[in-house]
Amino acid sequence: MALNGLEGRVIEVEADIGNTLPGFVILGLPDAALSESRERIRACASNSGIPLSRRKITVNLFPASLPKRGSGFDLAIAVAAIAANGEIRGTERVVFLAELGLDGRLRPVRGVLPAVAAAVRAGHSRVVVARGNAAEASLVPGAEVSSYRTFARLVLDFGADPKELNLDFDPAEPEQRRDAAGSMGPEPDLADVAGQHEARFALEVAAAGAHHMLMVGPPGAGKTMLAERLPGLLPPLDDEAALEVTSIHSLATQGEVRTELIRQPPFENPHHTATCAAIVGGGAGLPRPGAASRAHRGVLFLDEAPEYERRVLDALRQPLEHGKLVIHRAGGAASYPSRFQLLLAANPCPCGKASGKGLECSCTPLARRRYFGRLSGPLLDRVDIQLGVQKISRLDLDSQGENEDTVTVRDRVRQARQAQLERLGRFGLETNSMVPGKILRGGLRLDRASTRILDAAMDRGSLSARGYDRVLRLAWTLADLAGDATPGGDHVGLALALRTSEATT
Amino acid sequence: MRAKDVLGRRGEELAADFLEDQGIRVVEQNWRCAAGELDIVAVDGDTLVVAEVKTRSSLDYGHPFEAVSPPKVARLHHLACRWMGERGLRLPRRRLDAIAVLAARGEEPVIEHLKGIG
Repeated sequence: MALNGLEGRVIEVEADIGNTLPGFVILGLPDAALSESRERIRACASNSGIPLSRRKITVNLFPASLPKRGSGFDLAIAVAAIAANGEIRGTERVVFLAELGLDGRLRPVRGVLPAVAAAVRAGHSRVVVARGNAAEASLVPGAEVSSYRTFARLVLDFGADPKELNLDFDPAEPEQRRDAAGSMGPEPDLADVAGQHEARFALEVAAAGAHHMLMVGPPGAGKTMLAERLPGLLPPLDDEAALEVTSIHSLATQGEVRTELIRQPPFENPHHTATCAAIVGGGAGLPRPGAASRAHRGVLFLDEAPEYERRVLDALRQPLEHGKLVIHRAGGAASYPSRFQLLLAANPCPCGKASGKGLECSCTPLARRRYFGRLSGPLLDRVDIQLGVQKISRLDLDSQGENEDTVTVRDRVRQARQAQLERLGRFGLETNSMVPGKILRGGLRLDRASTRILDAAMDRGSLSARGYDRVLRLAWTLADLAGDATPGGDHVGLALALRTSEATT
Repeated sequence: MRAKDVLGRRGEELAADFLEDQGIRVVEQNWRCAAGELDIVAVDGDTLVVAEVKTRSSLDYGHPFEAVSPPKVARLHHLACRWMGERGLRLPRRRLDAIAVLAARGEEPVIEHLKGIG
């Protein structure tokens, strides 16, 4: 299988043994890693007791004009070469995905889940992988997975003569890291956050409607703590989402044993010194998913947002707008899904002391404006909730025991999500944040009385058309959380307050 | 004479006998000139056959055929032309062959004949 982003393409491998001087040729635009597989295959086969023919072996990877990359084709090529010699049978229509070690063992490869998913979609349900990838491959519904530790055992099952085979070799599986994404360890709990009632509520609203949020406040106010607790409030991923997220993570990491689909919405927190490629994806050769794609169906948290490179923030506009990231390379373009909830945190000014009365702030107004100007207008415009987070008082810290915990809030969020599904299902949408303006002002239109405040703000010029829509979406979420069928004037008013913050205006 | 040369000589003899058994008439062996050497020159019907013989006592250092490299094949073509010029023998067709002799100690030698190596 050849993977381009998450899209997979079935590659057919055929081999011919010819009557000319000995050689081993691989056709079909193999890259360097693939060309090296000839030596790996030769050593592997001979150490397994079923050496390759000493005559001329020609292997073709069909379609011939599609460049092939990586070492995952090792096994398929080896099987084709042995089958061409008539020593094994029954290999047609089976997908082989593994790298070969020189000693004859099968080694796992990266990206097995999306590859197998694509194979099954294309009608090839029989898949053979290395033992280390077996659990991951089995996650795909409809896949008939066989796995082996050694090449010798594999060819034996396909009819090879056991006489010469090296069947005693049975390598122990190396200690593999249990995958960390399946269980995030002790989950940060909302009860840990002291006070901050306004912020907790805003977090709840963000979770309920999948709204993007900006938090502005001094260092130590708790912005990071709050951000870390957002994923805990989100509902677990459904089957389709879980398959997507697990596929992306399979491509992004290597060597993790994956025994179950990732159900917890992912949380990505790249540092502001991260490069564009680290966040958006890329790298030489096969473009790998970046933090923004790994956050698909989850949360992307940018702490100290104005410190990020301008290019990085600009690059995020594509996924925020279209829900996917297209990475262009010389060899083609790979597209990764990238629909996430964006969380931004920022200090009120470069020195961080401008909150509250702002008496200790030593920044000039120009410095403050410039600092915030790095979060470009179009980016901020997409952020639904803008919230000021203040330092907590000692009183708040002492009353820690009385704060609501994650489980309680999560339940309210779940109910709000349910209400959204029921209402938005006929439009093909899932959350309020996804509703386009046309429907907000069309099918889900509110009456004049409710939108009075908004209309006034727009007339005054303090609210743009896009801002108007954003407030409406928030109002719907507030109504869902309150259990009301439609938002009234008070919901709209509260939504407007959530949207605008004195820190940024 | 060194052991490997003895082996090589023996291989060439075996190869020549092999060809004769097939009805291919050996015309010259070990023809030398400034540019190189031809192991066997033979005639197969209307085809001039130039055969390169490689003898090995084991497969440890690779199959004999693996020792016939592309530059060697090019040189054989060149040498064949020179031979024809010198001997004045011109035939309608020409072919390059390779003969591998596996002469493991204490076993029957195995001969492989590859016709038309390029």
